[in-house]
Amino acid sequence: MEKTIANTVLKVNEEGYLTDFSQWNQEVGSAIAQEANIGMTARHWEVIAYLQREFKNEVPLSIRRIGKSGVVDIKEFYQLFPMAPLKTASKIAGIPKPVSCI
Amino acid sequence: MGHDSNTMKRILILGAGTAGTMMANHLRRHLSVENWEIDIVEERTEHHYQPGYLFLPFDIYTPEDISKPVCEFIPKGVNLINDHIEKIDPEQQFAIMRNGDRLHYDLLIIATGTKIAPEETPGMLGPEWQQSVFDFYTFEGALALRNKLREWQGGRLVVHVTEMPIKCPVAPLEFAFLSDSYFKNKKMRDKVEITYITPLSGAFTKPKATTALQHLLDEKNIRIESDFAIEHVDNDNKTIVDYGGRTIPFDLLVTVPTNKGDELLARSGMGDDLNFVPTHKATLQAKNWPNVFVLGDASDIPTSKAGSVAHFEAEILTENILSFIAGEPLKQEFDGHANCFVETGEGKALLIDFNYTHEPVEGTFPLPGIGPLRLLKENRMNHMGKLAFRWIYWNMWLKGNHIPFVSAKMQEAGKAFD
Repeated sequence: MEKTIANTVLKVNEEGYLTDFSQWNQEVGSAIAQEANIGMTARHWEVIAYLQREFKNEVPLSIRRIGKSGVVDIKEFYQLFPMAPLKTASKIAGIPKPVSCI
Repeated sequence: MGHDSNTMKRILILGAGTAGTMMANHLRRHLSVENWEIDIVEERTEHHYQPGYLFLPFDIYTPEDISKPVCEFIPKGVNLINDHIEKIDPEQQFAIMRNGDRLHYDLLIIATGTKIAPEETPGMLGPEWQQSVFDFYTFEGALALRNKLREWQGGRLVVHVTEMPIKCPVAPLEFAFLSDSYFKNKKMRDKVEITYITPLSGAFTKPKATTALQHLLDEKNIRIESDFAIEHVDNDNKTIVDYGGRTIPFDLLVTVPTNKGDELLARSGMGDDLNFVPTHKATLQAKNWPNVFVLGDASDIPTSKAGSVAHFEAEILTENILSFIAGEPLKQEFDGHANCFVETGEGKALLIDFNYTHEPVEGTFPLPGIGPLRLLKENRMNHMGKLAFRWIYWNMWLKGNHIPFVSAKMQEAGKAFD
């Protein structure tokens, strides 16, 4: 699927996650955040940058790992990205929806 | 022993649960007793049929149905060591026992499974533990819950999953479905409100199965609360609270606590943050030590932690271990195949069959186009299959016998992929 975000045509999946991380930039991230009613602050971007680093290192993301990362604790993570923080933050970060092992 | 000690080598299997026992049986058949000693270490003396933990609380199975001596399933020619392992030294290739003895190995198989860790969630092990807060992933927990359910007068039943991954990820859903049946049979369904609480976005992680299971939840009047990441259990108010502040009251909480690998792996520096061993998902070789293999729930591979997975893995791992011993390359063959019966209550079940790349879909199993079992469709035949499975488990599976028509690699024929 394609979607126009921040005046750019982007490849996304049916849930709106970017499928090509190279298309991501901060404007794209801001626009996705806006759709989720999240006003991005410097603190938000710090967390996003951390998620992107982990993604590039192929470290699977989980709420638990983020809580122990030293970057942000789980409580604050929820305050920054309410409801389903990992999913919302991953979408803003332009990385795939985290898979929970089943 | 009369063997030449210079050529005699040792395979050490840690854990005589489903995975370890199957592996002992497979390997003893393929390796000569003159060249290979096989030892298996297990702390417990009773082998539990763990799928039975689901049925114990509802008085469907008795404790006797699901417990047999470990030694009954260990083949001749394999030494069963009933002891506790203090530590593994994967560099020096030995395990240290409780009394300090060192057991050297040439090849190590880790099959120590996964355990619940309720201590990971603040308040879970509080004063309400086994009063109104229960698990059913341990024999003791399932039994205590059975006794509670026998006398419970009704109220808010909350079935809860703490975090993924968990062993047998469909079990908590099955628990909710069976609760619905159980209370109907006791003519008190109207006195019980059932809520299913999950950290996932829906009933299951795979889309097609989620749709089918969501439909069943609606039909049985079970409310679902998704994306719930628990922060703590409030014992005074009998609520669970998530990081976002969502609060859910309960009269009876049946929770699946965080699952972790054995502490041994933390003590040995071999596990990840949940004590699961980093493992190559297609070969089952540990990522850090070539002569260490990991089978069943103990590994971090991205498939279900379930007996069916261990069964399929054991067939492929046996070949790989023989290749490894012969100095040949390992086959990259394990595809994450899992096959689970899902009890849906009222004498019915559905069946799901999937792997790393293919989600569960509708179709027939095990014979394409014939069945007799139906995938992702609820019926009585599937339920009979699940009950018959206990016999298969004790009499065929643990002994490492191949189940006719069911291949280790998932079959794509007879399935309705898009």
